[in-house]
Amino acid sequence: MAHDNPHSDDPHHAHAHLPPDPALRVKALETILTKRGLVDPAALDEIIDIYQNKIGPQNGARVVAKAWSDPEFKARLLADADQVLREMDIYGRQGEHMVVVENTPETHNMVVCTLCSCYPWPVLGIPPAWYKSDAYRARAVREPRKVLADFGVTLPEGTKVRVWDSTAEVRYLVLPMRPEGSDGLDEAALAALVNRDSMVGTALTSFPEGTV
Amino acid sequence: MSRVHDMGGRFGDGPVEVDAKDAPVFKEDWHGRALALTLASAGLGQWNIDTSRHMRERLSPQDYTAFSYYEKWLAGVAGLLVETGVLSAHDLQSPESDAEAHPLADRALTADRVATVLASGGPADRPSDVAPQFKPGDKVRTVAHAGNRFVDGGHTRLPSYAAGVEGEVVLYHGTHVFPDRSAHGLGEAPEPLYAVAFPATSLWVIAEDDGDEVVLDLWQSYLEPAT
Repeated sequence: MAHDNPHSDDPHHAHAHLPPDPALRVKALETILTKRGLVDPAALDEIIDIYQNKIGPQNGARVVAKAWSDPEFKARLLADADQVLREMDIYGRQGEHMVVVENTPETHNMVVCTLCSCYPWPVLGIPPAWYKSDAYRARAVREPRKVLADFGVTLPEGTKVRVWDSTAEVRYLVLPMRPEGSDGLDEAALAALVNRDSMVGTALTSFPEGTV
Repeated sequence: MSRVHDMGGRFGDGPVEVDAKDAPVFKEDWHGRALALTLASAGLGQWNIDTSRHMRERLSPQDYTAFSYYEKWLAGVAGLLVETGVLSAHDLQSPESDAEAHPLADRALTADRVATVLASGGPADRPSDVAPQFKPGDKVRTVAHAGNRFVDGGHTRLPSYAAGVEGEVVLYHGTHVFPDRSAHGLGEAPEPLYAVAFPATSLWVIAEDDGDEVVLDLWQSYLEPAT
């Protein structure tokens, strides 16, 4: 394979100078960078802790539940998501320019990044493996309905699909439809119904959860 | 003329393997470490997000296909460190050797600054003197070939599947850094950015459903007025 015989002046083969096992490769790189004072291992622990435990789809679920509960909030969210999310203290890396797109009986929205793995981190966290997979990246734009079928989702007859390919620094969040029968629920109970995939557009929401 | 990462519309990938609902954020410990190393190294300020994407895209098709997601990130950050001269290939080969503090060490991201740095983000919108040529509702056509106009084989964010296609502007995002220049040290060259909707029937030989659409964010340089 190409990375077994690197050209030493080829930066895109630089990885070939590191050990072949990826876990050891990370460790080697961390060791080198730490020794030179370029990386603080405690800062790495902190980054991992934040994305593992603090920033995740619970943020997006809070936004969706509020939009389902408050029509004025929803209107502002759809018109200027950046402003509204900042008011909720949701902002940061990979979510600097946000647009929220609303699912309706007429239109189902779905988000992909065919060129890499762009994803709205501050509202959804780090993307799941399927979102970054070749199969999803390749197929979501050409056959979104067959991709939805892989997730067990069938759209009602007459619903059109709009796929958003995240080619710039704008990040998209899908506002799923509020499930029928959820009328009496407060925001916290509604937030519990909102699953991550429904905010990417590869799942629907239901009440009680799991009935779709 | 495309690269391997430009896979939108490609046939043959098989079903999407959906993760278990309770799948951990990082399946292996080294995944989180690779992500964190990448973010911390970017904090040294020697490259930008466009350079960084382009480095991953320049992996050979064999490596790009064979590598798992975070292996691509690792290869990317190793490549960037060497290309920008932060480290040498020799440094990478000798992790156990003694080393002196690096001239960039005072820029290292410290644990106490992590939360603030991640929360402050890195917006891509910039003031620009390039006037918007289009507005929502306008019909536009993408340029005939997806590719960097400044550097042969360079970075671009117009996917091949959407080249030479007619669509309609649905959103104007303001003026954003232009990756085709920014990835190559040619300045940020901010220009108008639009969301453009394309009918599935215009993009694909056989559309899955006639009413469906794909929307892409496209810079003004990728667009011409539709005639």
